[in-house]
Amino acid sequence: MPKPHLALLAALLLAFGISHFSGLIDPYYLDVLTGIGINVILAVSLNLVNGYTGQFSLGHAGFMSVGAYLAAAVSVFLGPTLLGPGGGTAFQQNALFLGALLTGGLSAAVAGLLVGVPSLRLKGDYLALVTLGFGEIIRVIFQNVEKLGGALGLNGIPAYTSIFWVLVFVALSVFVVTCLVHSTYGRGFLATHDDEIAAEAVGLNTTRYKIVAFVIGAFFAGIAGGLYGHFKMTITPSGFDFTKSIEIVVMVILGGMGNTLGVILAAILLTLLPEVLRSVAEYRMILYSFLLIVLMLARPQGLFNFKRRKAKP
Amino acid sequence: MSEFLQQLLNGLSLGAIYALIALGYTMVYGVLRFINFAHSDVFMVGAIIGYYTGHHLPPGTVGSGLVVLAAAMAGCALLGIVIERFAYRPLRNAPTLNVLITAIGVSLLLEYTFQNQHVFGAAPQLFPPVFPVKNFQLGGLSISSNQLIVIGVAALLMVALEFIVHRTKIGTAMRAVSLNPKAAQLVGVNIDVVISFTFGLGSALAGAGGILYALNYPSVEPLMGVVPGLKAFIAAILGGIGNIPGAALGGLILGTVETFVSGSQWSTYKDAIAFAILIVILLFRPAGILGKFTVEKV
Amino acid sequence: MLAVTDLHVSYGAIAALSGISFQVEQGSIVTLIGGNGAGKTTTLRTVSGLLRPKSGAISFLGEDITTLPAHQIVARGLCHVPEGRMIFSNLTVDENLAMGAYLQHDPVRIAANRDYVFSIFPRLRERLKQTAGTLSGGEQQMLAIGRALMGNPKFLMLDEPSLGIAPRLISTIFEKIVEINRVHGITILLVEQNANLALEISRHAYCLETGRIAMEGESKKLRHDPQLKATYLGG
Repeated sequence: MPKPHLALLAALLLAFGISHFSGLIDPYYLDVLTGIGINVILAVSLNLVNGYTGQFSLGHAGFMSVGAYLAAAVSVFLGPTLLGPGGGTAFQQNALFLGALLTGGLSAAVAGLLVGVPSLRLKGDYLALVTLGFGEIIRVIFQNVEKLGGALGLNGIPAYTSIFWVLVFVALSVFVVTCLVHSTYGRGFLATHDDEIAAEAVGLNTTRYKIVAFVIGAFFAGIAGGLYGHFKMTITPSGFDFTKSIEIVVMVILGGMGNTLGVILAAILLTLLPEVLRSVAEYRMILYSFLLIVLMLARPQGLFNFKRRKAKP
Repeated sequence: MSEFLQQLLNGLSLGAIYALIALGYTMVYGVLRFINFAHSDVFMVGAIIGYYTGHHLPPGTVGSGLVVLAAAMAGCALLGIVIERFAYRPLRNAPTLNVLITAIGVSLLLEYTFQNQHVFGAAPQLFPPVFPVKNFQLGGLSISSNQLIVIGVAALLMVALEFIVHRTKIGTAMRAVSLNPKAAQLVGVNIDVVISFTFGLGSALAGAGGILYALNYPSVEPLMGVVPGLKAFIAAILGGIGNIPGAALGGLILGTVETFVSGSQWSTYKDAIAFAILIVILLFRPAGILGKFTVEKV
Repeated sequence: MLAVTDLHVSYGAIAALSGISFQVEQGSIVTLIGGNGAGKTTTLRTVSGLLRPKSGAISFLGEDITTLPAHQIVARGLCHVPEGRMIFSNLTVDENLAMGAYLQHDPVRIAANRDYVFSIFPRLRERLKQTAGTLSGGEQQMLAIGRALMGNPKFLMLDEPSLGIAPRLISTIFEKIVEINRVHGITILLVEQNANLALEISRHAYCLETGRIAMEGESKKLRHDPQLKATYLGG
């Protein structure tokens, strides 16, 4: 069995193990761990887009919101009918939750396709703006759907998210991204990132690579959204505005674009940082933004990127 | 008909404010080729400077209004220059993405600093009526003195900007740097000075925009810059980023369109309209209305 | 006047210049010749402060200018007419010339310099209000040289003035270069691929090959050097 597959198996077993003993873990730490896991999924999936194919997307929170809303809609509106009056067994609930998550992920993937096809011919700043624009439009649309709670948000989402599911999808997202990047197919991602014109000259369809990356990235953002909704039990459109997208971008950049391990570490660090700074509550966000500037000035290649894969021209 | 004219007037006065902010985005993009995300927070700081100075001045006089305006412009110019010097200049040759993230960091830093209860606090505060307030009726049209002030001040500042950019040495140097920074250095232009000047000028306009926005709104809070900033930024793209008359035009168009949409049955979509315009422009005419599209060099 | 000593310049890990030294004497025309990628343009850019050398020294009129920023080097009278002309294409000819006088503050002197530029290139006077980007290649080259002359140069560096110009204009431009040197006493460092032409008007020549000086000497002699002839002068 190839190494990544073994690693995935090990990770899934670990997820099962941890969730088995989750009763022994302090609920506060469990919450922090869940938050970290969701952010890792978001950062790793955005890294596929930003880091590996070099397309700068600022709309990740938009895809997250699609996943969050659609998944929540499944469990809020379809759940009671499917589970019956008793609320169903734990197994039935988990099956429903998996269905809800996949619905959310696939919807986000479709949204990714719809956004990606027209906009991926743009580059750099411009692509960043278009994705930001799409993200904001998605948010405004949710604000206007009364059935989903409008601007006030959707409440009463069942708390299905458990540390097990979070860890499972963390493992899956890392696995998928790693396998994609290391496959022959995935070499195309890197080639697209390094030199798009040269990649095209040797016959790679760079647009297709970009779209595939974008759709897979959106899928996992949707999954993360679903997990987030069923974790917080309430979601509002304003929770998925572009500052959320920026938060995810910051994780990718700090981690060192295109470096999965670095990005995971950055996601963990940036989720923990506000928690650690809780003692200086009113100054913590000031400190956070200040550290962000200092880090960018001191380590422009990313915090955890110790080897530069290539020199920028 | 008068309904239409009324909306047009409201739209133009909103658009004039967008235009003032958009000019700062466009000028900075012109010389540095990057999006200064913190610009919208400079706008907010302008309004807050106005809030503090306004409280120490007699309300409702033209003199107070002008003092407040001048204070905000000077304060913001200084802030813009400081931001560029310490946050952006060290990254002059770094990839755009890093500068963008740094700009986001500066933006967050300003927002969170002012949200701190020892600085300003998160709660909105009423902006003092520094200018005299009057309402005029003209036909079926209701015109407030604030609207006239907004349009008048904005028009004056844009004329002044046009003069600086086209008739002064430093203005010509600004255009030269945006066309070809290397060649500008070779004729003896100190790029750092020109960039500082550009930041100062753009930030001063944002400061004025902050005052004019706060006058009409009339409240100030640390996050007040986010939405107008984004809209103004879209206005800059709409007109053609890097193009100064384009930014002014884009601001006016966006303000007018938005006012008409919010007066219609689709009012809840008014924020989405701006982004829809952004996307349509970027997909079909990425250089904007007045811009020239230049192919990225390989 | 200009002395370059053991200059090393690299782009990232790639060395562009590996230790070149040369001198230019006051009042002379000196040329750097060599093939593509030999390091000619890099040399000029480093002298004018656009690039930073890894090591080595550049001195101008006895002063060390190695680490000065570009705008301060211009202020000392060392002007660089870059490869590809780099005129400000959206500005008018008039504004381009005004930018050339950016560091000059004496209006009388500026007016005199303008007249001087028009006396050399009368064509520019006719095009004064035209946007520089709409000029022909030859006119743009005239503008680029004129712009540099507006800065009161003591020393002019010209990078490939013959590039992309109609052949009949090339000899005109070269005549003007000689005139600028002879009549106005401006020292000139000329980079040219057209080695024949460059050797014809220059006193001394350096031949660059992959970042090193392969050959140097009086231009008259180099024109008859068999090896150089075979490589650069087309037999």
